[in-house]
Amino acid sequence: MSINRRDFLKGALAGGTLLATGAPAEARPNLTMPEEALGLLYDSTLCIGCKACVSACKEVNNMPPEFSTPEQLWDTPLDISGKTLNVIKVYQDGNSETKDSETDGFAFMKVSCLHCVDPSCVSACPVSAMIKDPVTGIVSYNVDACIGCRYCVAACPFGVPRFQYDKAIPQISKCQLCVHRLPEGKYAACAEVCPTGATLYGKVKDLHAEAQRRVALKPGEATLFPRGNINTHDQSPHTAKAAKYLPQIYGEKEVGGTQMLKLSAVPFEKLGMPKLPERSYAATSETMQHTLYGNALVLPLAFLGALTYIAKRNVKHDDDADDEKK
Amino acid sequence: MSASHNHPAPAPLGGSLWTPTTMILAALVAIAGVILLVRFLFGLGAVTNINDGYTWGIWVVYDVVIGSAFACGGYSVALLVYIFNKGEYHPMVRPALLASLFGYTLAGAGVIFDLGRYWNFWHIFWPGYAQPNSVMFEVAVCITAYIVVMWIEFSPAFLDKLGMKDVKKKLNKLLFVIIALGTLLPSMHQSSLGSLLVVYGYQINPLWQSLLLPLFYLMTALAIGFAVVIFEACLSSSGFKRPLEMHLLGKLSKVMLWMLAAYLALRFVDLAVRGALGNMFVPGIEALMFWIENALFIAPLVILANAQSRRNPAKLFIAASCLMLAGFLLRIDSYLVGYETGPGWHYFPSVSEIMVSIGMIAAEVLGYIALVRYLPILPGTNETSAVAANK
Repeated sequence: MSINRRDFLKGALAGGTLLATGAPAEARPNLTMPEEALGLLYDSTLCIGCKACVSACKEVNNMPPEFSTPEQLWDTPLDISGKTLNVIKVYQDGNSETKDSETDGFAFMKVSCLHCVDPSCVSACPVSAMIKDPVTGIVSYNVDACIGCRYCVAACPFGVPRFQYDKAIPQISKCQLCVHRLPEGKYAACAEVCPTGATLYGKVKDLHAEAQRRVALKPGEATLFPRGNINTHDQSPHTAKAAKYLPQIYGEKEVGGTQMLKLSAVPFEKLGMPKLPERSYAATSETMQHTLYGNALVLPLAFLGALTYIAKRNVKHDDDADDEKK
Repeated sequence: MSASHNHPAPAPLGGSLWTPTTMILAALVAIAGVILLVRFLFGLGAVTNINDGYTWGIWVVYDVVIGSAFACGGYSVALLVYIFNKGEYHPMVRPALLASLFGYTLAGAGVIFDLGRYWNFWHIFWPGYAQPNSVMFEVAVCITAYIVVMWIEFSPAFLDKLGMKDVKKKLNKLLFVIIALGTLLPSMHQSSLGSLLVVYGYQINPLWQSLLLPLFYLMTALAIGFAVVIFEACLSSSGFKRPLEMHLLGKLSKVMLWMLAAYLALRFVDLAVRGALGNMFVPGIEALMFWIENALFIAPLVILANAQSRRNPAKLFIAASCLMLAGFLLRIDSYLVGYETGPGWHYFPSVSEIMVSIGMIAAEVLGYIALVRYLPILPGTNETSAVAANK
């Protein structure tokens, strides 16, 4: 037995050495934004809560209505779901009199996919059903690949991917930034129909510049707000007074950045947007996995080698005992 | 699995399969079958309470995550016998392996019940679809491989029954490779079942979210493996009216004791290093469950620390049960209690959801009873050896 224990220790030592030298634990950094990334800028202070975006989203994505009133007359979704990809939620406080006021006020928030730069859903999906386009950065869903495990639903820090629990042949539903309309020369329907430019479509770098411009405005200062597509200027801008913006662009840094940027006058956490670290959870998880399994499975194979060697010794011992008995 | 040393060779128990116990078990399996039919016809929402806030219910957390941990007896004992060369535990290998085989095979089946688009499950293994950065990919591939390995590892029992001595001899020559795989694969996926939660980030309460989750899941899976062996030995000895191998169980419990002590030390050091110790005093269900979970880990430590208790079957049984319950709670707590994806979401399993999980356990017990009666699995006693000789 002492011999075998020594063998075991030898094997363990070999494995340990590999662990120390073979796995440099090189951290997987956050992924970076594609140069031509497309996205949205949602400005809560411009939103009037008309929900034209909710209606247009339903129409272009062929999603069924969802009822929350006893009459069941209108599509009235309360949250995104297997039937709804985009909703406008309202924050209310006190007497709800003043727009964009944290106390005794109200404010709107758009809830839909933020198209993360380094998405948890893409990292979590075991079958490449969640894909991030290398050029546009749009996070899209391939239903034909999906196995319905719902790891993406659980993993998303924004709770965006949803599942159809009421169907025998279900799928995941999430905003895909109207990627199916791009070949027709169209863009995201929510931005196209937004009457105030609260939801603005375009290249993220231009949307980011626009967001920075707005944050720098003096409250009450009159300025032009573009509508529709910021790059093609397909719609006329309108003049309005700048709100008292928070000095924060949500989505600039959160979990490594998102392609949907948000502006608000009411703290984002009050509007249901969580406070998040800059390091993406996908990077943390993949760094851990690559440390254990990276370098072409060096670590598991080394352990397998050690285990095989030890097992061979010990099983052989058994066989000898068998033979002795005979 | 070659017999070793001077242990009595494994022998079938014989006896009737149709007893009140097995009939009740069969009825439970049938009920689960009907519920599953409804699930496949009308969707997961028709029978479960899962929702977008708690998209993984007990069919994942109990049937797969906990089910496979409870099926770690074969892994723990194989590690002890073949890697640490503790030949004296050899008689425990076959019964432990059988329970593991059932546990894992059913956990694999359970995955299919829970997958929304189950007909695509093969995508996980298919180049072009497979996504190796996903922890889920590692878990799926590794568990599947382990199920195959276990069936091969277990096949000598069938080969004994079928009298295929030549095949068995050839297989025995290669068995060490299978055994090595049988100890490597569970180490990989049992730890990965913890790693699955890392990508959830802030959604997991700091009492559980940690980069050491893979290590915690691995250590507790091993400890649970030993506890399950003790638990099953006690049950099968009273159920089949066989003598209990106390000398082995007592020694096994000592291994478990050290395992537990190491786990608890690491667990609390990790909490301290991450500055999360304070969270256990924040009133709420999370802190309450944390206390219960860790009390159940500490209880067997206290019981087993006493050498006298390690020789007492009743105390061993209680310690093993506590440890299993503790491992159960660690998994429930990290996946469900400590998970919070936003306000307004609630989950508690529905009756039909629970009945399916119960049906799975029933199928497992039923299969175990059937196989030990017909195949040489449990170590033969003088009485059963005599029966075998008379045949």
